[in-house]
Amino acid sequence: MKLTISLLAFTAKLLSGASLRLTEGFAPDPAQRVYFANHTSHLDALVLWASLPREVREVTRPVAAKDYWDQGPVRRYIGKTFNAILIDRTEIKVHQSPIDLMIQEMGEKYSIILFPEGSRNTEEEMGDFKSGLYYLAKKRPDLELVPVYIENLNRVLPRGEFLPVPLLSCITIGLPIYLEKGENSKAFLRRAREAVRSLKEPD
Amino acid sequence: MPPDLSNSNHLAILWAYFAPGEPAWFTLATYWLMGVVMGLLAAAWIIGRTLRHQPESSINPALVKSFNNRIAAWWAMCAVLIVGFMLGRVATTVLFFLVSFWALREFITMTPTRRGDHRALALSFFLFTPLQYVLIGFSAAYPKLYGVYTVMIPVYASLFIPARIAFSGDAKRFLERSAKIQAGLLICVYSLSHAPALLHLDLMTRNAAGEAVPWTGSLPGLLFYFVLITQVGDMFQFLWSRMLGTRGHVIAPAINASRTWEGFLCGTLSTAIIGALLWWVTPFEFWVSAIMSTVIAIMGFAGGMTMSAIKRDRGVRDYGTLVQGHAGILDRIDSICFAAPVFFHLVRYFYG
Repeated sequence: MKLTISLLAFTAKLLSGASLRLTEGFAPDPAQRVYFANHTSHLDALVLWASLPREVREVTRPVAAKDYWDQGPVRRYIGKTFNAILIDRTEIKVHQSPIDLMIQEMGEKYSIILFPEGSRNTEEEMGDFKSGLYYLAKKRPDLELVPVYIENLNRVLPRGEFLPVPLLSCITIGLPIYLEKGENSKAFLRRAREAVRSLKEPD
Repeated sequence: MPPDLSNSNHLAILWAYFAPGEPAWFTLATYWLMGVVMGLLAAAWIIGRTLRHQPESSINPALVKSFNNRIAAWWAMCAVLIVGFMLGRVATTVLFFLVSFWALREFITMTPTRRGDHRALALSFFLFTPLQYVLIGFSAAYPKLYGVYTVMIPVYASLFIPARIAFSGDAKRFLERSAKIQAGLLICVYSLSHAPALLHLDLMTRNAAGEAVPWTGSLPGLLFYFVLITQVGDMFQFLWSRMLGTRGHVIAPAINASRTWEGFLCGTLSTAIIGALLWWVTPFEFWVSAIMSTVIAIMGFAGGMTMSAIKRDRGVRDYGTLVQGHAGILDRIDSICFAAPVFFHLVRYFYG
């Protein structure tokens, strides 16, 4: 398992030529965080995860869709290897909401990688954020919500392709945001989306 | 010397390929050339270190930094070449393949592509690039492959790429997108591959009586000479442009504000002199070595101008700053890329 992880992380980093850019003032330590990023490629979670320092990586778990990652032995194996938190997108129940599941799985130890757009985006512009991030911030106000912008990975491995094009990509990590007092879901999600977008380098 | 094909012992052929110690792989002249270059680099490195500790008022720190970066890049080039030479001609070819791969990566990262280009791009990286170097790697044993690797990318890949993009069904800016991938392959892969291809040639020269005899010099020495001249050319053109300063006539201010006609001419002339003085590592006569160096310097300059134009168009200053934390290989090898095929064909035509 350990070996598979290292091997996968190494391959992903090599293929995506990913460089990590930290915004000044951000220290990559194993504090409990929610990394939320734009989502364009299967490699997103893997490369972001692989770019983090080892001790951070060990306590960081990607959140993935159960209806996709629980199908077939390969996907299931990958999900297991990365200790992914699988969320059922198809049947969201009231008594067992995905947010409760995430919070339960996170405990007092784990950070998570979250893609609030919900699924991989094929458009130029980022999609709207789903409300999960808001409820997460409301229920666990102590978590650092860290925006991440992933650049070029959609060119490395776009949706529906299996052969990657090994371009150079870049992962930019911004400063954490928090839910402000009295801020409603819509305003917060817009602000969160803007926080990710602002990390994009001007063309 | 390429392995003898009449020898039915394939193991021996294989060994001859991978073994470093072929006859005349290294000669005394090659050792001398590499030794002197490394000595000069060491001196330059020490100067660069000392300059860094000077008070800022006495010398432009940006200039010192770019000087030090240059020296570091030259050390890296030296290391790649020398390690490659020590491991043999196949290893050198593989190292050049890696450089091509990385350069193409930088080139395509910089040029915007569309979703429909994905398959054509993947094949450029994983089929055409390695295939070019495989063909070159075997071209000493199978000289007929010369006819394949000189046309594979400019003809077959260049026809394949637009066709593949057409099949993907996206017509937006079609010609432009095809041309970008074709240019990337041509510059980063095809052209550069002619540098290690030098190692796979079987050269002749003339003896004192004017008869054609097999050249007994060292092919790694010739490749080293070539790379050295491209870098000397870059350096002299830069220095002359700077020294003549505002008196010079800028060639194309919209492309590159620091390249002047005077820098170009004086730089080329100085390079020719250095090249002529190094004739003893090559199969060339003194005056031929001067001409070859002139051609290399001109082509290298053309390469620098072309890459400047591409960078200007894309609005990037260096390929290195494209994605932070990556050293820009393409910035360093543009002159090598442009000069390699021309030098290769001149050598092959007149000394092959």
